[in-house]
Amino acid sequence: MNELAAAVPWLGKRNPLAARWLILILAIAAPLIAWQFGRSWVRILDFALLYMMLALGLNLVVGFAGLLDLGYIAFYAVGAYSFAFLASPHFDVHLPFWLILPLGAGFAALAGIALGFPVLRLRGDYLAIVTLGFGEIVRIFMLNLNYPINITNGPQGINMIDPIVLFGWDLSRNIRVTEELSINSLFLYYYFFLAFVAGSIIFIRRLQISRIGRAWAAMRDDELAAKAIGINTRNMKLLAFALGATFGGVSGCLFGAFQGFVSPESFSLMESIAVLTMVVFGGMGNIAGALVGAFVLALLPEILRHVAVPLQQAVFGHVLLDPEVLRMLLLSLAMILMMLLRPAGLIPARARYAHPENLHRSAAE
Amino acid sequence: METLIQQTINGLVIGSVYALIALGYTMVYGILGLINFAHGDVLMVGAMTALQTMLFLMGVAPGMSPLVMLTIALLVAIPVSMLIGFTMERLAYRRLRNAPRLAPLITAIGMSFLLQTIAMIIWGRNYHTFPQLISTTPLQPVEGVFVTPVQIVIVIVSALLMIGLTLLVSRTRIGRAMRATAENHRTASLMGVDTNAVIAFTFVIGAGLAAVAGVMYASNYGIAHYGMGFMPGLKAFTAAVLGGIGNLGGAMVGGVVLGLVESFGAGYIEHLTFGFLNSSYQDIFAFLILGLVLIFRPTGLLGERVSDRA
Repeated sequence: MNELAAAVPWLGKRNPLAARWLILILAIAAPLIAWQFGRSWVRILDFALLYMMLALGLNLVVGFAGLLDLGYIAFYAVGAYSFAFLASPHFDVHLPFWLILPLGAGFAALAGIALGFPVLRLRGDYLAIVTLGFGEIVRIFMLNLNYPINITNGPQGINMIDPIVLFGWDLSRNIRVTEELSINSLFLYYYFFLAFVAGSIIFIRRLQISRIGRAWAAMRDDELAAKAIGINTRNMKLLAFALGATFGGVSGCLFGAFQGFVSPESFSLMESIAVLTMVVFGGMGNIAGALVGAFVLALLPEILRHVAVPLQQAVFGHVLLDPEVLRMLLLSLAMILMMLLRPAGLIPARARYAHPENLHRSAAE
Repeated sequence: METLIQQTINGLVIGSVYALIALGYTMVYGILGLINFAHGDVLMVGAMTALQTMLFLMGVAPGMSPLVMLTIALLVAIPVSMLIGFTMERLAYRRLRNAPRLAPLITAIGMSFLLQTIAMIIWGRNYHTFPQLISTTPLQPVEGVFVTPVQIVIVIVSALLMIGLTLLVSRTRIGRAMRATAENHRTASLMGVDTNAVIAFTFVIGAGLAAVAGVMYASNYGIAHYGMGFMPGLKAFTAAVLGGIGNLGGAMVGGVVLGLVESFGAGYIEHLTFGFLNSSYQDIFAFLILGLVLIFRPTGLLGERVSDRA
């Protein structure tokens, strides 16, 4: 939160407290503002929150522990499919939300450990490509496990997933306050997801400055030295994979319930790359970076969709680049240019423990 | 028995394509320690350029002999791919040569997606039919076993190119410079090797090989589209790791072994799992092999390099 407040232009440095309040108010008022532009924008904000959770989780693995994971979306898939299996007519199981959420998170964490164990010895590029393979294997299974026993329903995916019901309160129904006024379900989902993101931020913040977070930072910066001072790097790596995966699993559960439909298409390599780009773009190893990166890169394609398509029609008379192409173009350029021009990301991590010289530099400012 | 021979042939054909791509991976990795994720997409650009050239030639000179047409297509596709390889290195990778290792890796992934996007803009999202200029009518050397002429051409061309590359690296001056640079950049440059030129040359050669591989790959399957390079690229990387990354002979062996494993896997998986898994799981073999090799024998079959690069 402090990092996030500091990132607010102009106000952040002069009056951090005001910046903090500004962010809080904006976070709460965001759907109301978006509503003015249309219903779909609130929906986009809801998805942006899910991406934020994903980015926070991946940031834990990549930014804090230094393990480059290109198969992260697999855990999102595990969460989403857990929800689909346990709350849909597909197997005709309808468990309550508060039971599925920990189950989904648990399955994802197990998947994280299952991935972590064999790759403990790998680092850097090799780790990246093996995790990529893991993600692809999960996707291939999702696509093909509809025969001879139908488990995932193949490429068609699973639909009619139950909405989130909290203690008998259905989030997918609008609440009618008076005759004219009713609260749209998209708002309910927004605040529900916002609570999850806020909880994640608090949890990760505490984690970062705990023994575990510092052990991760040490491991990331110099694995051998970390081992030498008695850090159990094996357990730390497994913990990073498992915790990161848990975040993926939780947001997957929320995604499945929110969308009411899951299919392997949502969990392609492109999505893994998109989440990684968010983390890199915002600034690795830094909560605010992950949040801002996710927010910007989740919203930008939508803004482009609403601006670029009419603009192209006005200028060229027809659409040259459709929004999906623009999104890919944007993501790939963001990755390349960010690495070339500003490798530390939009909001560089301060890395207090790892590089004491950074501390002095910021003290001197 | 027929299945066994048939799968061996299929494996050899696809394996020699993997081997050809793997050479580009392994050369770049040997010299820079960079996984050039975009290498598979250079292959795609090569295939698409060749496709475009052939379509153009068919338009202006419909009576041209297929072999001439294919040669011209290759002569266009190879320089285009080489140019892309060169530009990539010059604009992105060179500037990141001393950056932390995560940076070039992420850039390479970005490059891969950038090339795919550009191809998507130029050629659209559809699958294109790739003209199969070499006959695809199967021959039957043994009863029940089929080989197409295009498959024979693929194996011969890859073998020739691999021999050529081996000679280039082991016999010529630039080959010696490449080996020296791979051994140690700084020492090589102290000895008067222009390491920047050598690295650029490596990228260009790799891209050229990828273009040929792309044309062969597309000719074999008869289709081409913007995303066609990614999977063979990953598999070729697996092949390079399997053989021992940084090792030319290893890449060739790894490619062929991977091709065979994949082909046998796809052919027999249904029996082995009692019908639970089928040939649509073909793609998982490469990833499983990659994981197993990195865990149990990180130096690969023929390599001596360490895996602990971060």
